[in-house]
Amino acid sequence: MTRITIDPITRIEGHLRIDCEIDNGHVTKAWASGQMWRGVEQILRGRDPRDAWTITQRICGVCTTVHAIASVRAVENALNLEIPLNAQYIRNMIVAAHAIHDHIVHFYHLSALDWVDIVSALRADPAKASALAEGLSAWPRNSRHEFAAVQERLQRFVGGGQLGVFANGYWGHPAMKLAPEVNLLAAAHYLQALEIQRKANKIVGALGSKTPHIQNLAVGGVTNPIALDSQSVLSMERLLMIKAHIDELAAFVNQVYLVDVCAIGAFYADWTAHGKGVVDYLCVPDMPLDTRGETFAMPGGYIPGGDVAAYHPIRGFHDPYFREGVAESVKHAWYQGDGKPLHPYRGETVPNYTDFVDNGRYSWVKAPTFYGKPAQVGPLAAVLCGVAAGHAPTVRHFNRVVETVGALAKQKIPLAALHSTIGRHAARAVRCAVMVENLTHNWQLLVDNLAKGDLTTCNKPSFPAGEITGVGFHEAPRGVLSHWVVIRDGKIANYQAVVPTTWNAAPRNDNDEPGPYESALVNTPVANPEQPLEVLRTVHSFDPCLACAIHLVDKRDGRVLGIGRS
Amino acid sequence: MSTPRLLVVGFGNILLGDEGIGVRAIEALQASGFVDPRVTFIDGGTSAMDLLDTLAGVDALVLIDAVRSGLAPGEIVRYADAAVPVALRMRASSHQAGIAEVLASLVLMEQAPGVVVLIGVEPLVLEMGLTLSPPVAAALPGLVTMVLEEIRRLLP
Repeated sequence: MTRITIDPITRIEGHLRIDCEIDNGHVTKAWASGQMWRGVEQILRGRDPRDAWTITQRICGVCTTVHAIASVRAVENALNLEIPLNAQYIRNMIVAAHAIHDHIVHFYHLSALDWVDIVSALRADPAKASALAEGLSAWPRNSRHEFAAVQERLQRFVGGGQLGVFANGYWGHPAMKLAPEVNLLAAAHYLQALEIQRKANKIVGALGSKTPHIQNLAVGGVTNPIALDSQSVLSMERLLMIKAHIDELAAFVNQVYLVDVCAIGAFYADWTAHGKGVVDYLCVPDMPLDTRGETFAMPGGYIPGGDVAAYHPIRGFHDPYFREGVAESVKHAWYQGDGKPLHPYRGETVPNYTDFVDNGRYSWVKAPTFYGKPAQVGPLAAVLCGVAAGHAPTVRHFNRVVETVGALAKQKIPLAALHSTIGRHAARAVRCAVMVENLTHNWQLLVDNLAKGDLTTCNKPSFPAGEITGVGFHEAPRGVLSHWVVIRDGKIANYQAVVPTTWNAAPRNDNDEPGPYESALVNTPVANPEQPLEVLRTVHSFDPCLACAIHLVDKRDGRVLGIGRS
Repeated sequence: MSTPRLLVVGFGNILLGDEGIGVRAIEALQASGFVDPRVTFIDGGTSAMDLLDTLAGVDALVLIDAVRSGLAPGEIVRYADAAVPVALRMRASSHQAGIAEVLASLVLMEQAPGVVVLIGVEPLVLEMGLTLSPPVAAALPGLVTMVLEEIRRLLP
């Protein structure tokens, strides 16, 4: 038996480490171990709740905006504060643009190279690649000329010894199955995606005043000065510029990203049988369309056992079904406390490091549960909830993916195929297309509301004496994010953040049930334990917000055999 | 020919003590009274990939970050051009993957800056906390002077 360890390289957001035991070419047992945010509440305790969001959006190196949004929502929830429509629409647009950016970057720049062999693209026939691409999509930048130019650029890059971002790929790995022409198509779109993702960031910057780390939020709304005829503030001219960026994103997502995911999914159809894991799914509603957070553009809820018929909706920011369902266990985490899992309002974060103990404590991540069970979060949960709720945009894009993959793979794709490594990629593309529609829709709602003469952007909060509590949730690109705040006499008394990667990278819980990564990795095939590309495929399909490198440790002597890419 | 553009970007996580030195340097530079329409100071925070758009096509780029080089805490080290990605990968800058990847992406996009300089400060404390350690805080005025000299050298 071989044991693999995937170990950290970055300490910004803490570490993620994955250990796998491999027997007979398959993962038999897996552990996810991490260190995240230990002690953030120590910085927040005693502070003004109105300032918390400026601090929380710095806690993670990758997901910035989302922690700002969840934080103001938590304080607003505690105060029962209504939010002006303009503020909801502006926040929704930032949320959507950030999500689109995240999904495009995740697919092309953080995970496509698990499936696409860049070196093989150098051998492709650009004319054949172009014919293939033009058969799949009306996208204008699939010409033979474009692909030949990309191939030349890659050749210069590789020939100059500057592999750079491509330096540590598993080129030539037996699990790489795409034809050179498909690899060239993907490489061309990798480069185009670098350009297009900038448009999403321009939207975040234009609305948030700054990127990274937006500046325009406030508990109670947003601080964007609005005047439709002014140059310096949110003007009609700026709104039209934003609309132009939205249209470019819409074209890319619908004609390129969604299509590429279908193509790669069809060529790797066997991966619909790997990476299933935990099939209890949790997602929260998002994109509030009223001032109280009761109606939403995106549904959310809980799906037990992968059965969409058993969907239980979460109805709003004040729904006790979510608030009362969340608890965190530290039985296998490096924190004090052996008793029952704690609700986040009573959450404690007192360290108790023991070294890595396979059957004991082995992670800085707590194990969150929803009514006592681990839950998978992320775009797959969101898409399944959308399908269950009959959410028209989700159903439309989902059907398009199922039909396209089915036609390419020449087989019928059942809903159950989504419970897989490749299913998570497909779901992320579907959610991205839905987000593009939301972005357009909220842009129109904002313009229409401003045209009515409503320029309100913020309701001033006031804090009562005594103790109040609130939860702010947000369906972030990686899934359910919730911030929990206890406020006493206008100051923060306790603060806990339960983040998407905590749900998915959770260690075993109080009942010793493995978390979603741990569960999904079991049975993953590994052709060559020295290059465990397949393990990375499944972990990356969750879009972990933690970079990881692979170290292979031979169980007999603990030797480090190799280092993979992040 | 258009006016050259120089970007000064400070990276770091201000919640992790000396990790935030790059951002603290940007705050100090913005408060220093230095103004040149060709120069922009940017708080790059922790999310390098979000800066791809901002960094594309600039003429010169000065990065400020906490970089572990094995020097005494608060000591400042300067890397230029080809040495920058190497330093970012080898010298245990906290944001190594992010910035190095963004620079590589700019090369791939054929929009890399003409000149890249990394000014690194040796950190002491990288634990939860909003303040700099005494030796790193003491290095801040010298760091600001050094960055301003770098700007004058690059844009005479």
